[in-house]
This record gives sequence, C-alpha cells and structure tokens, in this order.
Amino acid sequence: MTQLPESQQKVKFYQTGTLTVGNRLLDEEHRNVQATMDRSNSLDSGHRACQGCGEALGARFAIDAAIRATGNQLIAANATGCLEVFTTPYPETAWSIPWIHSLFGNAAAVASGIAAAMKAKGREEVRVIAQGGDGGTTDIGFGCLSGTFDRNDDVLYICYNNQAYMNTGVQRSSATPGAARTATTMPVGAEPGNAFNTGKSVPLIAMAHNIPYVATASVHDLHDLEMKVTKAMGVHGARYIEVFVPCPLGWGSKPGDTVKIARMAVESGMYPLFEAADGELTGVTKIRRRIPVDDYLKQQRRFAHVFKPNNAHQLEQLRAIAAHNIKRFDLLARDGEEL
Amino acid sequence: MSDKVVVQTKPFAITLDVGSSLLNKTGTWRTERPVYLDRLPPCNHACPAGENIQAWLGYAEEGDYEAAWRKIMDDNPLPATMGRVCYHACEGACNRTQLDQAVGINSVERFLGDQALRYGWQMDAGEPTGKKAMIVGAGPAGLSCAYHLRRYGHDVTIFDSSPKAGGMIRYGIPKYRMPREKLNAEIERIQAMGVKIELNTRVDDIQAIRERNGFDSVFIAIGAQSAKHIEIESDESIPMLDAVQVLRNSEIEEPTGLRGRVVVYGGGNTAIDVGRTAIRLGAIEVTVIVLESRAKMPAHEFEVKEALEEGVRIVDLRAVRKIEGNTLTLERMVDSADQWPQPSGQFETFEADVMVQALGQNVETGLLDGIPGVVVEGGIVQVDHCMMTGTDGFFAGGDMVPSQRTVTTSIGHGKKAARSMDSWLRKEKCLPVEKHELASFDKLNTWYYSDAPRTIRPMLDVVRRQSGFAEVVGNLDEGNAQYEARRCMSCGNCFECDNCYGVCPDNSVTKLGPGKRFEFKYDYCKGCAICATECPCGAIKMVPEDI
Repeated sequence: MTQLPESQQKVKFYQTGTLTVGNRLLDEEHRNVQATMDRSNSLDSGHRACQGCGEALGARFAIDAAIRATGNQLIAANATGCLEVFTTPYPETAWSIPWIHSLFGNAAAVASGIAAAMKAKGREEVRVIAQGGDGGTTDIGFGCLSGTFDRNDDVLYICYNNQAYMNTGVQRSSATPGAARTATTMPVGAEPGNAFNTGKSVPLIAMAHNIPYVATASVHDLHDLEMKVTKAMGVHGARYIEVFVPCPLGWGSKPGDTVKIARMAVESGMYPLFEAADGELTGVTKIRRRIPVDDYLKQQRRFAHVFKPNNAHQLEQLRAIAAHNIKRFDLLARDGEEL
Repeated sequence: MSDKVVVQTKPFAITLDVGSSLLNKTGTWRTERPVYLDRLPPCNHACPAGENIQAWLGYAEEGDYEAAWRKIMDDNPLPATMGRVCYHACEGACNRTQLDQAVGINSVERFLGDQALRYGWQMDAGEPTGKKAMIVGAGPAGLSCAYHLRRYGHDVTIFDSSPKAGGMIRYGIPKYRMPREKLNAEIERIQAMGVKIELNTRVDDIQAIRERNGFDSVFIAIGAQSAKHIEIESDESIPMLDAVQVLRNSEIEEPTGLRGRVVVYGGGNTAIDVGRTAIRLGAIEVTVIVLESRAKMPAHEFEVKEALEEGVRIVDLRAVRKIEGNTLTLERMVDSADQWPQPSGQFETFEADVMVQALGQNVETGLLDGIPGVVVEGGIVQVDHCMMTGTDGFFAGGDMVPSQRTVTTSIGHGKKAARSMDSWLRKEKCLPVEKHELASFDKLNTWYYSDAPRTIRPMLDVVRRQSGFAEVVGNLDEGNAQYEARRCMSCGNCFECDNCYGVCPDNSVTKLGPGKRFEFKYDYCKGCAICATECPCGAIKMVPEDI
C-alpha cells in the first residue's frame, strides 16, 4: 500500500484537524493544494456554471491536485456535458491547462490517443486525464471507457457524477438513483421517479477490469479527494475516479448547500467512498457522524414525493440501499477505532 | 477577379478573439453577497472583565504565549490571579459545551499568567498626559483601574488602609486558592508601570486629599468589608465570629478563634472558604449550616465538592434559632419551588464550640457622606453606565456599586471606570462600546471541529478538574495548555481555516496571507452562499444586494 501523502496525515490536537480546507496550524507543506495562496486555479472565475455548482468545484479540486502531482505536465480531454459547456463557450475558456473537447462519447479514446502520442514523442512525463459527467461516462462514453481500461492505457479518467444529464435539461442517466425525479422520470403513477433496480456502478465495473487504481470521492471531503487524485497520479496505467458532485438545479437543492448535501450523502451511506487497487477493495472512508437517509433526501426536491404517505415504500427502498452500502463496504467505525 | 489577396488573420471559422473566462463578470448574477464579519463569542460576552478570550486563545493555539498574555492584559491586569480565583462564566457560556465539554479557559489563563511571571513579561505605561488620578482601595477594582489609567498615561496613586494591596483577593480568599507569591508578583508588575500605592493609609476625607494633591479625578472602590449579622438569641456559650474577620486574621496570621467543633452559618462561597480554612487550621469537626437546599445554595458546585472531599459537612435546610449551653437549636426548613425556604416548626439540637456567620457583607458608605451628588441606595453606591457617581469626575466600582460581587466583575469595573475617566479627563463624551452580534451555536458548522482523540480525553478531564483553586495539584504544561487552547472553536471570528477559499466553485475568494484573512472577488462571486454554509465559525453572513 502506498504511504499516505502528507496532507492526509492525522493531525492530532488541532482545532479542526484536517477536516477544513486548510489549517493555519499545519506546516505549509502539509496543507492541501486548495489552501495554498499560489494554487493553480485550473478552472478559473467567470465560468458559466450555475450558482453553487458541485461539478465546477470538484473539477478544480481534482485538476489542481493533479497539476501539483505531475508538476504541471498535464493534458485533459473533456467529454461533452456541463463541464465542457460552462467552461468553454467558444472562443472563451475558464481552463488554464492544455484542454481538448472531444465528442460526447469518446473522451476516454481521445485521452488514450494523446497518451500514445506522448509516448511516441518520448514525452512520457506528460500525463493525461479524461473527464466528463456521468452521462458521457456511464452511458454514451462507456464503450470507449471500457476500452481504455481493457488496454490499461496510461490515462486517469475522472467522472463528475451528478446523477443525470444536467446540461440538456435533467434527463435520466444510468447513474440516476431510484425514485429521483428527472425530466424523463417524472414523479407520477404508482412508482414515481426513476425505477429502482436499474442503472450501474461504474466504479465497481472499473474494478472488474483489474486496473491499477479505482476510487470514489466527494466534494465535501477535500483531503480525501486530493489524496486519491495524488495517489492516482502516482501510478501508471488506466485509473478511474468518480467524484460525487451535487447539482442544485437538477436536484432541487439550495446552491449554498452543495457541499453539505455531498457530506450528507456520504454520512448517510448513500454514497460510499472507497479505493481499490488491481481489482481489490483496499480501503473505505468510514462514516464519521452517521445521519438518517431521510435527512439527506429532504434537502432535495427530486425526492420530495417519497415523503408522501402512498410512496412510503420508496423511502424504505432508499433506506435499504444505504443500509446495504454500509454493510457491503463496512462504513461504520468499530468501537474504539479512531477515524 | 480581383487581385487583392485575402489575408487570413484568424484560423478557419473563428470570428471572435480567443479569451479567458475572466472577461465574463459573473458577479452580476448575484442577489445576495457574502460578507465577512466578526461576531461576539459567547465566552467574551459572558466575561465580566470583558476579556477577548477567543483572541488570546488564538495566539495560545499557535504557541505564542506572550502574545496571548498581552491580549489578556488589554483587559485584565491579573491573569495569574484570575486564572485561579475567577468563577469562569466564560466556560459556562462556551459553545463547545454543546459538542463535548467547554474549553478549559480558566486553566489556560492561569498557565499564561504563570508564564508571564516565569519570564518576567512587563507592561509599559502610556505617554504621560500630566493628569493625576486618585484611587481609594487597592482591591481588584482599584488595581485594575490604576493599571488601565497608567496605560492611558495618567499619573495614578492608590490609597489603602491595609498593610498590603490586593483587597479581598488577599484578605478574603484563602491561600490554598490563591498563592500569595503570584498575587504579589502581579501587583508588583502594576507598580513597576509607575502606579503608586500608599498602604496603611485610611482615607477619611476624600475631598481634602484630592485638593491637597491636585488629583483631577477620583475612583473609589472600597468594597463591601463589613459582615452582615443576624441577631440570634444566645447565652454566649458559643463565641460568634464573622467570616470576613476570620479570613482576614487567617491571612495576617492572627488567631482566628476557630477551634474544636466549628459551625459556619451561610451558603455562599465565603462560608465554604471559612469551612475549608477551619479544616486547615485543625478544627475537629466543621459543619456548614445552610438555609437553602443543597441544590439552591449560592456557593459554586465545584467548591462545595472540594470542601466535601476535604471533610467539611454540609447540613442544608436548617435555620439557627437559639444558642444555649454550647448547643444550637436548629429549625428544619421546607424547600419550596419558587419561594424562600419556609419554617417547618420542627426543631433539633446541635453541639458546637464556635460559630461563624457568613451571611454576606455590607458597604461602609461613611466615607462618602458629605460628598454632594453621590447617591447611596440600600447601602449601595449608585453609578451611571460610565461608572460615574452623581458627582462629576467621581467614579466608583467593585463590590460597593450594584454588582455580582466577584473579583472578575471588579476587574471589569476598574477597566470601564478607567476608560470613562480617560474620556472625562480629555473632556470627551463617554460612549458605550459597540458590541458585535452574538456568535450563538446555530451560527457554527460544527462538522469541521475534530473530536479529541479518545486516548487523550481522560488526561484532559483530570487537567480540567484541576483548573481553578487546588494549588496542591499541578498546572497545565505547555503541551496540554496548547492542546486545550486548540479546542477553541473561535466562534464568530475567522481563524483562517481556508474553507471559504477552498469551497468557492467560482474561485471568487482571495487569500490575503497569514493573519490577513480573505477577500471576496465580487466581480465573479455568484452569491451561492456555500462559503457561508461551510464557514465553521460563523464569520460569513449573506446580505441582500440592492437590485
């Protein structure tokens, strides 16, 4: 197992430990990228994302961490989607890295090609990232993604998962959770919202490819996210990170609650954070203060209908999913175990 | 066909200049703007001396103990003393209580006070103003007022009738709670700033001394020194003492009269102090008789607990009715929810050798007779919001004015009176200090505060228990004082955790560097409020834009 990067070391006795973005009591070198005064701001101000966009936040976190890990030798291919549209309304861009917009479905293949080109040119220090939303990753780009994993190409694919096609008006994707309202899964009928027992978990599918590194992360836990990106850039071959990024517009939540909702998703067990190497689960981020699933759901209008009496069975199913995640990934700390 | 050559200045299909998103001022989307503010932490709010506790804990967190101490010294000139005798209302108000346990503010203050004495840190007087102030009473209020007036640059002389300065800290608080070498050192530090203290000097005619010495202004703080007495039918078989005299004699090493079976009558801290002193002076048996129930007696719980541990007995809900033949007749009282305890008509007897009344103290207001304008109501001197009596330039504070009668309150009175007197001497209006809105618990995002590692907690519990009086047990050391300080949540005041800087999806926060905090880029801030939601300490507020 790789050693913990310094930013992830347990800081005992401090006011906020490493839970906040920075900590003035920590040595400069032990702080997050996002706490540094000269951080790269790979995704700069003036982009056109909605107020409180989780994806804009997650993308800056991840790419800034990758820039630090690679010494700014980084190229990104970006699938069509919110992230592409709001950052780069031609001919203006918010990116400050070499960045290419591919098609909706081929970001992984384009990234594989860039990596191959860099190898051919003998510039293997230049690392490649492909990124996209859940639509471009789990649905449209899935074939190319699986190909990149299959060939073990030297690419880190980052999926910013906001659980639907937000750019085109909130349509269901294969990452949309059960019961969630979208434009194509309206809350009507006996089983309102998205059907249960559909969709897929791409992180688990990625693990099935036995690639060197797979992880899930969330915008609420920056230390964990930066640690995972840093770790991913420390190995070669195909790697996959999925970042949980709430979408105020699509989820019907308050823009100011984006980070809070991500935290609630993880703390309720709805979104497990884990790491895997070579197909084996190697670690989980334990729940620190468990909260009821209902508290997480109540923040979002896309789940409002599950609190109506005749939809109680849907609420039960959502609770069961969280309980299953907690059991499956062993998310609760044991007595006496320090988090 | 024209021979003109079309020069292609841009690549194919480009009609606009390429540019950065920085051209796009997304700040225009905003309906609410985040603003940084400092809210008043509950500890500061509760402190009768007006200490900026959050700020000095902030320095202690960094290990800069001298800066922390100097921050205390802005308000309170006696940290080593107050770190021992203060009843720390701050800890009762601490928001951390709602998370795990209050920050041990008092014990950190004591640690800082002792550091200052160990390293000999001194304070400077202000630029001389040529104004002269007279202070009567070298207790906590007088010393505090003198210290602050010196900091303003005024010339100060304190008059006190006792052989040593310190007032009730010295003559009312036993040595086991307040080691005298610490008190002496803190008083000497004030004297080193140029404060003159005339001891063994009883002031009988304030006006005469004032005129003779050319004092521009006067602060009087003679405390409440005369014991309250209640008449009890007695054949004088049991000697009757008063608590003030007993504690004073114990200090000046005169016989206290405590011997054999001692009964103390009263339920306040003074009664407990007398009881604990009697134990130390070798009484056979010490019983504190309290009129109220144990739960309602005014003495502080931890002091009662320590007294019980030392062997003091407490008998509650009893009134002393008669003394005859070395025997007290006690009447059982009945506790009632909202009333004073009621007599029950049931009596019992109790043998004793000596009885001490500890039923509170009165102010000797005789000194103020004949000063025109000074108003005394119910034995207490009346002052306005600037601590000024009805006479112009004549201030009063401490136990002799309406107050909670604690050392901390007196320190606060001294500071306030000094500030008012300084304004008065400069012929300016004394204005109340503006207070920030309270940083209540609901303003915090406590997710971000880490829990103390479980292995450390038991040790801390011990340390916290030690805070306060029992000089028999040790002080905080550097390691755990810093740890304790770091438990502070810095309620309402930015402590530069970088959260706002990190969580902004629009990169609209500028980090200004250590100690300089942050700034919003309103050109780009869309007003999403994530920063305000995720600020751990409640130092960001959303305010509507004028649209």
